Amino acid sequence: MAARQAKRRCLAALIGQHDFNHLMQHTAPGENRTAGWMGIRRGHRARPLEWLVEKFIFLVSLSAILMIFLIFVFVGREALPIVFGRMNSSLVRKVIPPENLDQLTPRELRDYLELTEAQLGAMDRDTRKLLMELKVETAKDIPKDKDAAINTTSWRYLVFPYQWSDYERPVSIWQPISQIPKYNIAPLIIGSIKTTIIALLFSVPMAIGAAIFVSQLAPARVKEIVKPSVELLAGIPSVVLGFFALIVMASFLQSVGGYESRLNSFVAGIALGLAIIPVVFSIAEDALTSVPRSYTQAALALGSSRWQAAWHIVLPAALPGIFAAIVLGFGRAIGETMIVLMASGNASIVSWNGFDSTRTITATIAAEVMEAVVGGPHYRMLFMIGSLLFLVTFVSNLFGELFIHRLKSRLEGKAG
Amino acid sequence: MNARREFTAQRFDYASFFFTGLTGGATFLILAILAIILGNILHNGWGAVSWRFITSGTQQDMFDVNKAGVLPMVFGTAARVILMTIFVVPIGVITAIYLTEYARHNSLSTRFTRGAVNNLAGVPSIVFGLFGLGFFIHFVGQNLDHFLRPTNAEPIWGKPAIIWASLTLAVMTLPVVIVTTEEALRAIPQGLREASLALGATKLQTIWRIVLPQALPGILTGGILSVSRAAGEVAPILMTGAAYYMASLPTSLADQFMDLGYHIFILSTQSPNIEQTRPILYGTVIVLLLLTFALNFVAILVRSRIRKQRRMLS
Repeated sequence: MAARQAKRRCLAALIGQHDFNHLMQHTAPGENRTAGWMGIRRGHRARPLEWLVEKFIFLVSLSAILMIFLIFVFVGREALPIVFGRMNSSLVRKVIPPENLDQLTPRELRDYLELTEAQLGAMDRDTRKLLMELKVETAKDIPKDKDAAINTTSWRYLVFPYQWSDYERPVSIWQPISQIPKYNIAPLIIGSIKTTIIALLFSVPMAIGAAIFVSQLAPARVKEIVKPSVELLAGIPSVVLGFFALIVMASFLQSVGGYESRLNSFVAGIALGLAIIPVVFSIAEDALTSVPRSYTQAALALGSSRWQAAWHIVLPAALPGIFAAIVLGFGRAIGETMIVLMASGNASIVSWNGFDSTRTITATIAAEVMEAVVGGPHYRMLFMIGSLLFLVTFVSNLFGELFIHRLKSRLEGKAG
Repeated sequence: MNARREFTAQRFDYASFFFTGLTGGATFLILAILAIILGNILHNGWGAVSWRFITSGTQQDMFDVNKAGVLPMVFGTAARVILMTIFVVPIGVITAIYLTEYARHNSLSTRFTRGAVNNLAGVPSIVFGLFGLGFFIHFVGQNLDHFLRPTNAEPIWGKPAIIWASLTLAVMTLPVVIVTTEEALRAIPQGLREASLALGATKLQTIWRIVLPQALPGILTGGILSVSRAAGEVAPILMTGAAYYMASLPTSLADQFMDLGYHIFILSTQSPNIEQTRPILYGTVIVLLLLTFALNFVAILVRSRIRKQRRMLS
């Protein structure tokens, strides 16, 4: 008995289970012993190696899942100071005369000179004084402009138009590299939405029409050609579609349409549409195919044509899946980067005209993030619009999932 | 006779004819667009691809038609994709095994995790790029520099590098790998597992000897598809490691690298003379397409073999 208990203690120490004794009491036949710590099933204590492997599996998956949640944290973290209005990008700062150095507390001095504790600690008094004199010098270089005192990262200037000193009327403008950086997000959001709508208008009717044709009307041989071809289209990297839009399509469309700027949201939207055709097509085709064959057969037996069966019977049944296809296509289109970066012209203008050169959220991030000073207002603004994009796609994916779930439960409910 | 004519007249439904033609036209249009894109690229670029083009180009001028080659870009793309695969496949497969075989299926935490994973598979790649920049380079990298050599001001890890680009891509493809592996595991009939357990095998033995070998083709298909997607991805590596130009191939994990996709972007937007560099551009596009299509083709082949096997089994 004593030996058994010692062995138990040994085992418990080896594998770090504190409630080992407690568990050993529940060994009566019929007792459920399988449920254990965080879902890892106990048992097979005679095989410590397997036990270790199972714990390893658990730890790896836990860290993978934590990593996934880390994404939410790290993208949002950089944007928080802007969201809560803690960032100050105004160029005019309070200036303290260098003679007052001794009256400042270390903390005030640190905030004033914008240094870390370690940096400040490494300096002697003369260096500190020199830095303070430098501050006074830079204060003289601030542009003589009433706007220099504005904190351009506060929400009022991010969302609403404002009449800057050189402008005749209030404008919404994204101009991060200028004497007074301006971060109005309206042109970028309008650009993203405009381009996405053009992409959806171009691709959704075509992709859903093709899905209806392939799944309901065409002979099986057509399906064997079309599905791999659409997969081929899905396999084309977006940078290649961007290249095609920029080098080949832009000039061709301009010669046909005769509009002014060669690169605009129309060209980008068409190329973007090509990128989302495979997404919309495969989800819609899946949804239409998942409608039970008996529905169509019953309709055909009653004398309807194939098209009538597809349009009046199958399509309404698969409608949530079609919605899912559109919503997921939207999420894919609004987050696409390379195509819009190459083909949209990248001018941040507030305009709903599809033939104007335009600039989207994604293209702005891709083009500017390497030039922005880390931790500065521009850098944080880019993370802010990145989080916005994250949020939008996340919500649209959520709705897509919801629609697919509804389709499944609807078909199961009817079939059963 | 009269009745028969009436019957056929009723049978012919103009709306059906029209709409069938319309949807068929849409299908044809998609195929035509694909053919035009591929045809244009092949027509303009096939002459530019030669053995010299693929195997040279490390030291020469990148905009010179007669000297430029794509070896550094092919090397960089292959290196980052292989590194990514090393990171993502084991972790993704293990996580999927945990989620399908061990975690309780209907518990709130499992459902929540699965929802987050599913959702993350559709988040734009540029957001992952931001994450890579904020987390890997400015958080992990800079802290690594701080601990390893606190006195040295020159950053080694706290700057864009091939390791950070690969890790960013790994995080980006992780949800996809998890989801496809889970699907492959769930397609294995529950009866197989039960039979194995009934014969006295442990859970781990069942997973290792019964479930995984059966699910392997499905896991491979998902893995290859996500690799091919990552190979053509440019937005995240733009911020985490791709270089405009490098005189030599990367030799350490902390080096930057040249990349096929990024090179296409540079050649089409920043070329000094677009007409002259057109052959290089088209050649690079063909090399990238060959790479991704080859991967896709392998995935399709593997999948059709599984389907045939399944059909023979059932």
